[in-house]
Amino acid sequence: MTLAAATNESLASLSNTLIYSAMAVYTLAFFAYIAEWLFGSRSKVGRTAAALTATKKAGAPAVTVQKAGGTTVLERPKVVVRAASGTRDVPDGPGAHGGDEQGDLYGRIAVSLTVLAFLIEFGGVLARALSVQRAPWGNMYEFNITFSTVAVGVYLTLLALKKNVRWLGLFLITTVLLDLGLAVTVLYTDSDQLVPALHSYWLYIHVSTAIFCGAVFYVGALSSLLYLFKDSYENKLAGGGTPGRFANSVLDRLPASSSLDKFSYRVNAAVFPLWTFTIIAGAIWAGDAWGRYWGWDPKETWSFITWVAYACYLHARATAGWKGRKAAWLALVAFGCWLFNYYGVNIFVSGKHSYADVGLGALQSVGF
Amino acid sequence: MSNTTTDRAEDQDLGAAGSQLSTAPKEELSNLPAMGVVGWVRWFWRQLTSMRVALLLLLLLALGAIPGSLIPQTGSDETKVAEFREQHEVLAPVYDKLGLFHVYSSVWFSAIYILLFVSLIGCIVPRTWQFVGQLRGRPPGAPKRLTRLPAYTTWRTEAEPEQVREAALALLKKNRFRAHLAGDAVAAEKGYLREVGNLLFHIALIVMLIAFAWGQLFKSEGNKLLVEGHGFSNTLISYDDFKSGNLFSTDDLTPFSFTLGDFTGTYETSGPNKGTPRTYQTTLTYAEGAYGKDRKTTVKVNHPLEIGDSKVYLTAHGYAPVVTVRDGKGKVVFRDAVPLLPLDSNVTSSGVIKVLDGYKNAEGVTEQLGLKAFFLPTYTAGSEIASTFPALINPVLNLEPYHGDLGVNSGIPQSVYQLDKKHMKGFKDTKGKQMRDNLRPGQTMKLPDGAGSITYEGTKEWANFQITQQPASGWALAGSLAAILGLAASLFIQRRRVWVRAVKGADGVTVVEMAGLGRSESAKVPEELGDLAGILYEQAAPSAPDPEPTTDPAVPAEGAEK
Ligand code: HEM
Repeated sequence: MTLAAATNESLASLSNTLIYSAMAVYTLAFFAYIAEWLFGSRSKVGRTAAALTATKKAGAPAVTVQKAGGTTVLERPKVVVRAASGTRDVPDGPGAHGGDEQGDLYGRIAVSLTVLAFLIEFGGVLARALSVQRAPWGNMYEFNITFSTVAVGVYLTLLALKKNVRWLGLFLITTVLLDLGLAVTVLYTDSDQLVPALHSYWLYIHVSTAIFCGAVFYVGALSSLLYLFKDSYENKLAGGGTPGRFANSVLDRLPASSSLDKFSYRVNAAVFPLWTFTIIAGAIWAGDAWGRYWGWDPKETWSFITWVAYACYLHARATAGWKGRKAAWLALVAFGCWLFNYYGVNIFVSGKHSYADVGLGALQSVGF
Repeated sequence: MSNTTTDRAEDQDLGAAGSQLSTAPKEELSNLPAMGVVGWVRWFWRQLTSMRVALLLLLLLALGAIPGSLIPQTGSDETKVAEFREQHEVLAPVYDKLGLFHVYSSVWFSAIYILLFVSLIGCIVPRTWQFVGQLRGRPPGAPKRLTRLPAYTTWRTEAEPEQVREAALALLKKNRFRAHLAGDAVAAEKGYLREVGNLLFHIALIVMLIAFAWGQLFKSEGNKLLVEGHGFSNTLISYDDFKSGNLFSTDDLTPFSFTLGDFTGTYETSGPNKGTPRTYQTTLTYAEGAYGKDRKTTVKVNHPLEIGDSKVYLTAHGYAPVVTVRDGKGKVVFRDAVPLLPLDSNVTSSGVIKVLDGYKNAEGVTEQLGLKAFFLPTYTAGSEIASTFPALINPVLNLEPYHGDLGVNSGIPQSVYQLDKKHMKGFKDTKGKQMRDNLRPGQTMKLPDGAGSITYEGTKEWANFQITQQPASGWALAGSLAAILGLAASLFIQRRRVWVRAVKGADGVTVVEMAGLGRSESAKVPEELGDLAGILYEQAAPSAPDPEPTTDPAVPAEGAEK
């Protein structure tokens, strides 16, 4: 009996050590990303400006990009890709390092450190789960550490799939550090202040997909935010304006606004069916646990609002007059709803998800 | 002819080739309607079923759902609403007028979603017809200048144009394109499932809404507390409390009955989880219909018993001490298990034992008895006022006896768990104080002056069951699964077209041109075009080197990356 308690305690403190270590390594990664951006600023790119001023002079030349068809030895005809009419033809920026070799080196170091920190943080979450012998999603502290682990995991997976996402690194790691800082200070909850496990596998399905969706939505929201900046930058250039030095240096290295827009669309659209599933899984679980599958509980309501907001975003992309900036704002609002559902509803609103039924110790507050 | 007009003509040409790649309604600028009622109605209908209005209604739906999550709702928590009314005397009437205490059944919220669903139906029907038309027709022929398309490739070959076209047709068909020969080019299209998925999704939304509304209108929900060994049959009078939807009638109750065998709770005995339920279940014997066969089952938290549309949930548990009351002559006037209400997670419980009739006091006068009961399943010395563990380890029943008139016949409804002491007098001990005693199982408490005795015989457990009936939840589930399936098809499948044109050039050499067009710009379209071109190219070898297209050294735009 005491032995079990002792192992739990040592696992819990191991978890804390790992989380603090992960924070330390993320901080190093943060500085490496900063170095990447700083070295990158040495090279003067101005690619966007060049493309946009060229557009003005020569009417509407398409940016023709070559794509070799496949990897067969036989020579194949080359496919020319052309932006759809009506969109701005701007090449993607070279990334944070701006083509600078030293910058690139720091960027690679930053990614390696991020991988290391991710592994440590993952270990921390795992140790926490083992110490409490349940899924580590019982309170806001545990939720925060799981959430940032998954968000970084999504980013690293996209990188491993050779997607052009390295530019996200600095923005992501900054917020991961904020998230963890919040977790270990304000939200920290001791391992033994337990909320009992809920005896349903729907909990595992529902909460794990919710966290995953949130992490992916977050990556999409970051991209939408950067899109808004890059788009105004391009608009300014196309309108003959001269953006500030900071914008010139930083925004020019980001992918083209159309690429950012497309990236956030893909990310949000890809995870939207899973978010739909998450809500349905929650409803099934509520049906088993509370005798009704939908009761407009604040948590349920905000999941629904988030869902409708993302449906708005998807519709906006298919509706003339709402593409582009308005759609991007909708994506940000939708993610705002998701965030509110987590922080706002947990802190300001009380509902069925956050109180215990007397006589049923099993039904107690969980993150979701 | 000026350059711009040719451009415009070509754009229109592409428009024809690119049209009908989806069934989304065209966004026309809304002209002011023609005079007359019909004109207005048509204009209104067209507005309602446009994508723009659908988007606005969706936004309104999201906004409209917000107040219900911030203001207490009668549907989920009546006491909170009452509290709110007390605290906000000015706001509450305003909220009442706006229906803000029951947002999700308010007129304005209903208006939003009904409009949205009318719009949805008005959108689905024409889109379905249009899609059927597209399936019956053929992919549109190649635009004049394929170079204007998002993905394009070309080469020259000595093969005859007919030969190339035939090879292209065969190749595209093999790749499951719908392909046909139109003039000097092959036109092909693939990915119709995207549209199917999209229509399925929107139809599934309607199914879900109807199922949900049906469930709300015909639902019922009630509670029944049962002591081990007792039974329940599903009729209105058997319930302790009962709520139902507007269209529910008592005939709708699924006929069934069940008897509670026993309740089993085991709890974590150590560690930070001490006292947490590990198993928490009941065994039931139930019968479907009036004459159904008896069957045995277990019901646990999260695992209700399902009979037809009804579900029986285990929602709470507690203890019911078995008490025997004798009068002064030793005659048993009361023997029953009395359920007590738990006060905390260690099941410290309280309640009242009421002896309504049959009791005569020492003078032979008929009276009623009321015993205030306080119960600890696990009594630990030093912690007299609260149980220290939820299981029955060392039970103690504390009783405080009163006699007189319980007031149950006064016509005012009374809680079975509360004692109205207005017409009751306490039994006094030898020191003249209110009598109060701790009993262990088997122990007896003697009332003073030969007024009788009370024996704590043992303890039974009780379980509370919530019985809900929500018809059409199967439809809601089917609708939501169809919605996910439809969404996945709609979002992951690309609908795209490919054209292959082969004509003899002025020098007698065949020029092959291939172009691809997707509904949205996607990296997959050029990729797929490249693969198809590679195969066709092998089948029709080149005679002359291609003139190199202009190359831009820029980093490829994302759409072009692999
Ligand atoms: C309950 C409300 C609705 C929800 C939740 C919803 C949701 C969605 C979603 C998630 C998509 C996929 C977007 C994409 O393909 O990128 C979509 C597409 C679409 N929706 Fe809705 N929708 C709703 C109502 C409507 C209504 C009322 C209309 C008709 C005016 C409509 C017309 C369409 C059309 C035409 C598309 C396809 C757009 C395309 O081809 O890209 N929807 N909807």
